[in-house]
Amino acid sequence: MSRGKVSRRDFLRGAGALAAAGTLPISMVELTFGADKDKESVSFAYISDSHIQHIEKSKFVRNWDRGLIRAVAEANLLQPKPDFVMFGGDLAQLGTKEELDHGAEMLAKLNGDLHCVMGEHDYYLDLGEYWSELFGPHYYSWNQKGVHFVVLNSILTYDEWTFDRWDSGVRRMAEMAGLDNPNGSPFMVGEKQRKWLANDLKGLDPKTPVVVFSHSPIQKIFKNWNFWTEDAEQVQALLKPFDAASVIYGHVHQIQYNQIDNISFNSVMATAWPWPYPRSYVQAESHMPKLTVPMNRADPFHERDATGWQWINVDSGRVSMSYSLSNNTDRVVAWNPKTGRPEDKVFQDKAGRIAPQTHY
Amino acid sequence: MNRKYTLIAVLAAAMVVVGGLQINRADEFTEKDVQHWQDEYMSVVKVGRDLWTSPELGTNGVACAQCHPNAANTHPETYPKFQQQLGRVIALREMINWCIQQPLEGKPLALDDPRMVAMEAYVHWERRGVALAPGKH
Ligand SMILES: [Fe+2]
Ligand SMILES: [Fe+2]
Repeated sequence: MSRGKVSRRDFLRGAGALAAAGTLPISMVELTFGADKDKESVSFAYISDSHIQHIEKSKFVRNWDRGLIRAVAEANLLQPKPDFVMFGGDLAQLGTKEELDHGAEMLAKLNGDLHCVMGEHDYYLDLGEYWSELFGPHYYSWNQKGVHFVVLNSILTYDEWTFDRWDSGVRRMAEMAGLDNPNGSPFMVGEKQRKWLANDLKGLDPKTPVVVFSHSPIQKIFKNWNFWTEDAEQVQALLKPFDAASVIYGHVHQIQYNQIDNISFNSVMATAWPWPYPRSYVQAESHMPKLTVPMNRADPFHERDATGWQWINVDSGRVSMSYSLSNNTDRVVAWNPKTGRPEDKVFQDKAGRIAPQTHY
Repeated sequence: MNRKYTLIAVLAAAMVVVGGLQINRADEFTEKDVQHWQDEYMSVVKVGRDLWTSPELGTNGVACAQCHPNAANTHPETYPKFQQQLGRVIALREMINWCIQQPLEGKPLALDDPRMVAMEAYVHWERRGVALAPGKH
């Protein structure tokens, strides 16, 4: 593929070809109809980590814009229509009004109800004030088709770091924006929100499926890059009483999945760029869930490689993730009732894996 | 004192002036020397890290570290290697230039630009301890 600029017309022609060939919507439709029709299922599109980045005046980084525009166009092709659409955080790169407005404008083209999760790149300039004007509260919950959905703001950190350490919001945002910046600080849900969550879940039948949307993993995977939530265990404890609890998170820009007791964990892809798996940084210890079969190593020569979005189905309270990957074969990671954990439909078996899934 | 000795004394004095108080032979160095050389290297690593995290190499504000935190997934130990997209065996610094030109939308650096050397120094430092694997994919 030539690396020349792709015009809007070329892109739309591409999206049209996609719709005509039906690659994306049909593979996903089959999945919906493959599910048990007697049981009610709820489905949604999930787009995340677009990192819309302002250059100057009306100029934004073209590459990141294209990722979000493409995901929105593709998500709108889903048939049957999903029940709602999620955006998983890091809409902006440095949390500015320009970036959030530009991102919101692109998200406005989505069909259906949109729910948003706060990312650290949206938050640390003004502590989520402008984001809130556009997208509403930082944490909330709702019930839909028998599932209890919860959105958490999991990218908070220690008060001293947030309120006392930096002389400006711009500086604070810049320090948190560097994934590997040693001046950063670990993410957390925090006591106030954990109390809110305890209260929110109180009185809920343990048979009710609970799906939590967060930006950080609500697990401790790799502290250096904040693939980490400082109070993960305390949040997990609140989900323990439920037969089926799921956490769906962004931030990591890669496929991850895990099972801890009754809680399933699934990550979503970024539309902007992929991140290396922690094991590829050899100077620090990491704890990638053993269950995870990695996504392919990214090929930088394909601008959209190792980026994408997902169509997610919750059936009988269990999550199945259909990854729509722009430059790779699509993948499905779904709950396996036999083993009681999420598994990749094709690659879980070691024998079926392919060379680019080896990261080093 | 005869002329010959006078000449040697003058030469010795000149060497002291030119070479400092210590006259090193090539095969003799101290712990202090080693420390000094390492410090020099680390100062260049720091320049490389600063460039890696800064938007100044490109024109669109994007920095290398945005996709490569701690320079991960750069695999310096595998270069030179065949890049099928370029159709030839290239050095790491050519790949750095590719990234400067494409995702960063900037101008390539001269291959011996001190900034290029600094970025290579940083990338190698983050990957220290990993066995050489030239050509590996
Ligand atoms: Fe992100
Ligand atoms: Fe993030």
